[in-house]
Amino acid sequence: MTASPKYLLYIAMLVALVLAPLGQGNYIVYVLCSWLIFSVAAMGLNLTLGYAGQVSLAQAAFMGIGAYITALMTMAGYHWLLAMPFAILSCFGIGLILGYPALRVQHHFLAFVTLAFNTLVFLVLRNEEWLTGGSFGLVPIPRPDFFGFSTFKQVPFYYFALVCFLLAAGAMAWIVRSPWGRAFKALRENPIRANSLGLNTRLMTLLAFAIGSGFAGLAGAMMAPLVQFIEPGSFTLIHSLKILLMVVVGGSGFYYGPFLGAAIVVLLPELLRFTEGYYLIIYAAFVLVLMVFSPNGLIGLWQKLMDRFRTQQVERSDLKDGAQL
Amino acid sequence: MSEFIQIIVSGLSAGSIYALAAVGFTLLWQASQTINFAQGEFVMLPAFFVLGAMGLGAPMWLAIAVALGLSVLLLGAAFKKLIVEPMLPHGTLPLIIATIALGLLMKESVKEFYSAQGQPFPPIFPTEVVRVFGAAISVADIMNLAVSFAAILTLQLFLQRTRTGRCMQATAQNRGVAEILGVNVKRMVMYTFLINAALAAIASILITPIYLAKFSNGETLGLVAFIAAIVGGFNQIRGALVGGLLIGVIDNLSAFYVSSEYRAAAPLILLIVIIMVRPQGIMGTSEGRTV
Amino acid sequence: MTPVLSVRNISKSFGAIKAVNNVSFDVHDGEVLGLIGPNGSGKSTLFNCILGQSTPNSGEVLFKGDSVAGKEAHELNKRGIGRTFQQLSVFPQMSVIDNIIMAGQEHHGTMLSRLMGAPDAGLTEEAEQLISFFRLDHLRDQMAGSLSYGQQKLVDAAVAFMSGPGLVLLDEPAGGVNLTMLEHLKERLQTYNREHGSTFVVIEHNMEFVMSLCSRIIVLAEGVIIAEGSPDEVKSNQRVIDAYLGD
Repeated sequence: MTASPKYLLYIAMLVALVLAPLGQGNYIVYVLCSWLIFSVAAMGLNLTLGYAGQVSLAQAAFMGIGAYITALMTMAGYHWLLAMPFAILSCFGIGLILGYPALRVQHHFLAFVTLAFNTLVFLVLRNEEWLTGGSFGLVPIPRPDFFGFSTFKQVPFYYFALVCFLLAAGAMAWIVRSPWGRAFKALRENPIRANSLGLNTRLMTLLAFAIGSGFAGLAGAMMAPLVQFIEPGSFTLIHSLKILLMVVVGGSGFYYGPFLGAAIVVLLPELLRFTEGYYLIIYAAFVLVLMVFSPNGLIGLWQKLMDRFRTQQVERSDLKDGAQL
Repeated sequence: MSEFIQIIVSGLSAGSIYALAAVGFTLLWQASQTINFAQGEFVMLPAFFVLGAMGLGAPMWLAIAVALGLSVLLLGAAFKKLIVEPMLPHGTLPLIIATIALGLLMKESVKEFYSAQGQPFPPIFPTEVVRVFGAAISVADIMNLAVSFAAILTLQLFLQRTRTGRCMQATAQNRGVAEILGVNVKRMVMYTFLINAALAAIASILITPIYLAKFSNGETLGLVAFIAAIVGGFNQIRGALVGGLLIGVIDNLSAFYVSSEYRAAAPLILLIVIIMVRPQGIMGTSEGRTV
Repeated sequence: MTPVLSVRNISKSFGAIKAVNNVSFDVHDGEVLGLIGPNGSGKSTLFNCILGQSTPNSGEVLFKGDSVAGKEAHELNKRGIGRTFQQLSVFPQMSVIDNIIMAGQEHHGTMLSRLMGAPDAGLTEEAEQLISFFRLDHLRDQMAGSLSYGQQKLVDAAVAFMSGPGLVLLDEPAGGVNLTMLEHLKERLQTYNREHGSTFVVIEHNMEFVMSLCSRIIVLAEGVIIAEGSPDEVKSNQRVIDAYLGD
């Protein structure tokens, strides 16, 4: 019986996600779609950063790789269902190759390697016109059909994105609950102790990074048919930083952190329209303050507040015990 | 041949400026394990202090003095006190994120409050050209090299010959031991931040005449400083110097002989190669693995 | 019968200082060996050499007859060497039961089965037994970081035993633990040794603790073994008294 409120909450969240686009204008539905997509990318980075404790600054580049692979394949006539796994596996593979040398050494070298990698990917996307269309990008990217269910219109596309999102979230929940998830957390908490308990720390860190990159590949595969036009400028370092901030603001290492963070980064500009260009300034200042006061992000802040509330209650019950004695 | 000399000299000139930023970067890492992802913006900003002061009617020399002072105060003392100090107990990760946010904040603020367009920056050195072995070498390049080397040499002498400098080195090498020996560790760390800010300001004033003063300058400069520090050897000033010069020369050579489109790729590839082949850097000594 | 651990002619110097100088000893199955000595006697260096954290200048370490040179920490653990650390080394943001399951899971199944199989890798029952053994049942689901120092030391010990290692190296298990907890810890370690026949090597400063826990004691001073024997023999050895009292 104790589990039932939790399931009710899950059902309520699901219903809210299903009902969200109904009766909304095309633009709002578009924004909701990009929230779903960035949630997937941020979820992946959360595994790398929040669970395994490594900074990756190339999440947007992996999204770009996924998006370009999907665009090129679907434009060549292959079905999205074929292109998507290809995008994910490519990102996973590149993650392994890129992470292997970086994780052999200490410090936060992965951060620097991914920083360089993001810029390299941008250069390749921009310069190899024969393949990527250069700075003109790729257009028009078709939206997929599934056995007669066309995702051409915005609301059907939302449901398509929602299904992808739910599958990704389910996969992530599975990973986090599995012994792998425990190993990732152990890496973040105390890598030396984890190593002494038989955990191959380098292998697991590498896997966390590659899986996180694979999620970015999926996000890219979802992004290409949503925007139908992709260009190198959408996958630069600043976008990687944005995804990183999503994870951190939401609360890195918390399962729901990336969803909250993505909502804030994607939806807040819409709400803060009136601040015009100052939006990024306000946002960056907010992140700075948040990091100083609550390095675990908004969910961490919430938990801290709840803990304070709870300990007060405990103190009160202690007092009561004292009175009874 | 004369062309080659020109390319090498201007590469060394740019490289020596990168080295300034890279040296600051390594100093911060040594003294407080701070990886400053806003280092590029630290080099971008002081040029705007100069422009701002000149806009108020200050002559060039005064504007430069004001920029140096403001940099040391804001990018040195305030950065240390307001951001790094409260965050250190949380570990390196939140601090990395905070410096990323700080870089973004500085960049966007300059863009919104000053200008999104590149601003011409007055040259500090004569724009003349001298001929050496048939190669046209600009006086500014020579002066840049001279000023950067002088700055780094002064720093080296300060660290090795003065009591304060030696205390700073002790702090960087082993905090615990330094504390036992009665070194005021907190103050030494603060000095490091001040020195980093001053180096960044000098780099800013030297490099900005080559490009324009633009809010986005920090992106490339920051990246180049990281790469120089890692390529040279993360734990040494000499390493950062060698790394900076190397990057400057390679950057110029690849722009001329490879393709200007992939110019930016050369340092990145160098970084990846170095991490794979010699992770401790060219001049670095291995610290061993953490895990 | 081959000894569980065999240390042969290990020397390690740092510059001109010989931290460990030609030290040899064997540890036999089921034995509780204490390794003591004044500060700077080379205990920790020796420990690091055994655990592969530093490479000795000469000599070798054999575990069940095989050399452990060049093996990484996780490989040593897989072969059956467990350890604790001088500093607290739990996973603070994980529950006690998760800490203990973590210690066992890498010894069960394959990489794939650890991804696709049960979240607890089928170890809950075993972990709970160990928790009961150390009488930590009431703390099962608490975050390890929220426990008292002594409780965390117990979790740390439990973690080291989870994979059923043939040899456990305990690095100052009694450090900073209060008296009541110390008695509890000692009694539990002795019981574990009796019930499972496992082998311990203990580095410790707390003389009383070592003398009552260990069956044999090796005393190091200035990098060499100066005495070896039962607690009583060691206690009355003049060289040991001199080394500790100094001159």
